[in-house]
Amino acid sequence: MGGKILLANIEIPGIRDFDVYRAHGGYSAVERALREMTASQVSTEVTRSGLRGRGGAGFPTGLKWSFLDRKTEKPRYLVCNADESEPGTFKDRYLMHHLPHLLLEGIIISSYALGVKTSYIYIRGEFKYLVGILEKAIKEACQHGFLGDRILGTDFSLNIYVHPGAGAYICGEETALLESLEGKRGNPRIKPPFPAFKGLYGCPTVVNNVETLATVGPIISMGGEAYAKIGRGKSTGTKLISACGNINNPGVYEIEMGLPAEDFIYSPEYCGGIPNDKYLKAVIPGGSSVPILPADLILNTAKGEKRLMSYESMADGEFESGTMLGSGGFIVYDEDACIVRNTWNLTRFYRHESCGQCSPCREGTGWMEKVLSRIEHGLGKMSDIDLLVHVAKNIEGNTICPLGDAAAWPVASAIRHFRHEFEEHVLHPAEVLEKESRVVKNRRFTIFEGSLK
Amino acid sequence: MLKVTIDNIPVEVEDGTTILNAARKIGGNVVPPAMCYYSKLKGSGGKCRTCLVRVAQSSAKDPRPMPKLVASCSTPVQDGMVVQNLTSPEVIEARKGIVEFLLLNHPLDCPVCDQAGECDLQDLSFGYGMEETATEEERREYPVIDIGENIKLHMNRCILCYRCVYVADQLTDQRLHGVLYRGDVSEISTFIQNSVTNEFSGNVIDVCPVGALTDKTFRFKSRVWFLKPMNAHRECGKCSGKVAAWMFGSEIYRITGRKDQYGELETFICNECRFEKKESTDWVMEGPRHIKRQSVISSNHYEEMKEQSIIHPIEGTMEKKE
Ligand SMILES: Cc1cc2nc3c(=O)[nH]c(=O)nc-3n(C[C@H](O)[C@H](O)[C@H](O)COP(=O)(O)O)c2cc1C
Ligand code: SF4
Ligand code: SF4
Ligand code: FES
Repeated sequence: MGGKILLANIEIPGIRDFDVYRAHGGYSAVERALREMTASQVSTEVTRSGLRGRGGAGFPTGLKWSFLDRKTEKPRYLVCNADESEPGTFKDRYLMHHLPHLLLEGIIISSYALGVKTSYIYIRGEFKYLVGILEKAIKEACQHGFLGDRILGTDFSLNIYVHPGAGAYICGEETALLESLEGKRGNPRIKPPFPAFKGLYGCPTVVNNVETLATVGPIISMGGEAYAKIGRGKSTGTKLISACGNINNPGVYEIEMGLPAEDFIYSPEYCGGIPNDKYLKAVIPGGSSVPILPADLILNTAKGEKRLMSYESMADGEFESGTMLGSGGFIVYDEDACIVRNTWNLTRFYRHESCGQCSPCREGTGWMEKVLSRIEHGLGKMSDIDLLVHVAKNIEGNTICPLGDAAAWPVASAIRHFRHEFEEHVLHPAEVLEKESRVVKNRRFTIFEGSLK
Repeated sequence: MLKVTIDNIPVEVEDGTTILNAARKIGGNVVPPAMCYYSKLKGSGGKCRTCLVRVAQSSAKDPRPMPKLVASCSTPVQDGMVVQNLTSPEVIEARKGIVEFLLLNHPLDCPVCDQAGECDLQDLSFGYGMEETATEEERREYPVIDIGENIKLHMNRCILCYRCVYVADQLTDQRLHGVLYRGDVSEISTFIQNSVTNEFSGNVIDVCPVGALTDKTFRFKSRVWFLKPMNAHRECGKCSGKVAAWMFGSEIYRITGRKDQYGELETFICNECRFEKKESTDWVMEGPRHIKRQSVISSNHYEEMKEQSIIHPIEGTMEKKE
C-alpha cells in the first residue's frame, strides 16, 4: 500500500528535536504557506484535499473551517483536541510523542488560514509526559522564528499554549472541552450556537483533532489534489489506526484509506493475525463508541463486498450490518472473548464518564451498566436483554451530546449480533462463568510469558 | 415575524423565539412539558429532555425534517418551520422514555414529600408514566442535608435540572452552590454545608421542579392542597414584596413567590419575606390567588381548571373547550 504521509519519518533517531526534524524537510510547509500562499489559498488546498476530521465524526475539515464566523471583530481561536480518551484509541498520543513538530506545523498553517493569533492544545490530563515534550517543541519553534511575533518576518503572529485537562473523557467533546478550557466544569454546551460562532470565551472557534491538524502540513507540501488522489472515494488520504486486542502486533499503523479490513487484520505488515491460531470473533473498528461487528461482517459487507477501511465502507449496511471508522481504534476479539463481559466493561466506562447533565444519558448509562453487570455475574433474566435494547433506544438521539449515542450503540449492536451469548449467560450462568475464568487465567499467562522475551 | 406551525396550529413569533415559547404563545397542551428550562434564568434548559419535539420541516427554505428530536426549549424557530409535539408518536414514545429515566432513581416518596400536589414530576408521570416500573435495581441514595438555615436538600428526589444552580449563580453574589461529581452520582451541593446565607437563596425552593429543595419552616406542616393561596404584599426594601401566602384558616403556613401557569415565578422574593413574615398582620391580603397550572392543587374544590384547548394526541385535531 502507498507510502506513509504522517509517519514517514518516525523511525529517524531524534526526529522529536527541532534540528533533526528541520533537517528532514520539517517546517518547509510553514514556509511555503506563509511565504507563497494567502490564507484563503491554504483553506482551498485543505478543502481540495478532501480531508475529513480524524477525531471521530469524519466531518470535512475544509467545510468546518468555512463556517468560522469571520465577520466579527472578536478574536478567533483554533483549539487542538488532544484529549484522546476513547478506549482503543491511542494514535494521537503516539503522534505527539514522536512527532510534536508535525502537529505544531499543522497548527501554525491552520491558524494562518483561519486568521487565528492564539491557539490551544487541550491535552488529556493523563498525558502529563507529553506536556513537556510539546512545550519543548513550542519553545524550539519560537527560537527559530516559526512561532511568536511576526513569524518568518511576515505579519502573522501566533502563540500556542498547552492546557492539560483533568482526566475526563467527556472533555474530548468539543464544547465540553471549551468549557473546561475556560476553567469551568466540563459539561457539553447546548447547541446551537456552534463553536464556529460562539466558541472559546464566546468567540469564533475551530476545534480539530491532533491527527487532522498534523495532516495539514503534508497537504500543503504535496498539494490538496495530490492528497485527494490517495485513498478511496470520499475517504481521502491516510489514516492512523491504533490496533489492539487479540492480535499478534498491536500498535499504531498508518494505512491508506480503502485497505481491506481483512488485509489489515491478517497481513504481517499490520496486525499479523490472531495469536495461538484462534479464530476471529468480532471487531470494534473505530474506538469503543462504534457498533461492534461479528467476523463475517467485518471481513465482508452484507452485500458480499470486501469491507474496506474507509468511512463509507465501514458504514455500509448502516446499523443493521455496518459500523463506523470513528477515531480508528481497532479492537479485535478472538473466539474466546466474551461479548457480554466486554459490553459490560464498555458500559461501565460510559457510566463513569457521563457528565450527568441530561437525563437519558445520566440515568440510562447507569441502568444499562447495572443490568449488564447482573447478566455477566449470573443474575440475569431473559427479559433483561430486551430491557437493554429498550434503554439503549431511549437514550439514542435524545441527548445533548453524542456520548449518549456512544454508550447506546455498543449495547444495541452487541445484542443485535450476539444475542445468543446474552441468552447463554442467562440460561447457563455457572458454565459461562467457569469458562470465562479459565480464559482470563490463560490470557494472563501468555501475556506474562510474552513480556519476558 | 416568523410563521411556525405546531401540531397543525399556526402561530407568528419574533425572530429568536424558541419552539417552546412559540408553543406557549399558542397555549393549551401543545406546550411541551419543561422540567429544566426557566425563562428567568439565563442559560437554563436543554438538560431534562422532556420538551423534545419533532421538527417535520426545518424552514420554508429547507423543507427537510431535522434528523433527531430537538429540545424545544433551546431550539430557535425558523420561518416556515413545522413542529410536531403531541401529533408525533415518536415524540410521545421518547417522552415516555425520558419520564422513565427521571423516575429510575426517584424514591417515589410522594406520600411524605412536601412538594406533592405541586410537583412537576408528579404531573409528568401522571401524563406519561408507565404503570409499572421496569427497573429492579437499587435506587441511589443520599443523605438529606441542610442548605443554609431554612432549606433542606433531599438529593434523592433531585432531577439535576440545574435551575437552583443558575439561581445561585445569577441571584446570589457568591458562587457557593453547584454540582459535584458526574454521571449518575452527580449531586447538588454547597461547597461548605450550611453556607448559603444569601438574601435570595430561598428562591431555589421555588424553582425546584420537584421536592428536592424544600422550605424547612414549612416542613411536614400540611399537604399543599389543603391550603388556600392568597395574593399578599408588604413594603419590602429588598424585593417586590409580592408573594403568595398559603393559608389554613387565618394562619399563614408558608410564603412562596407567585408562580405562573408554567410554574415559573413572576418575581423572585427575598428570604425575609419568605421565612420570617409568617403573621397575617405582616401582610396586606389582596384576595384568593388563581392557580393557572394543572396540578393537584388546582383541582381543588375552590377553583375549577379551565382548559384552553384539548388536543387529541396523534390525530392532531383540536377542540376548544369553554
Ligand atoms: C464524548 C466525546 C468524546 C470525544 N473525544 C474526542 C477526543 O478525545 N479527541 C478528539 O479529537 N475528538 C473527540 N471527540 C470529537 C470532538 O467533539 C470533535 O468532533 C473533534 O475534536 C473535531 O475534530 P475533527 O473535525 O478534526 O475530527 C469526542 C466527542 C465526544 C462526543
Ligand atoms: S449525553 Fe451524557 S455526556 Fe453528553 S451532555 Fe448528556 S449527560 Fe452529559
Ligand atoms: S435540587 Fe431541584 S432545582 Fe436543584 S437541580 Fe435538583 S431538581 Fe433542580
Ligand atoms: S425543558 Fe427543554 S430540555 Fe428541559
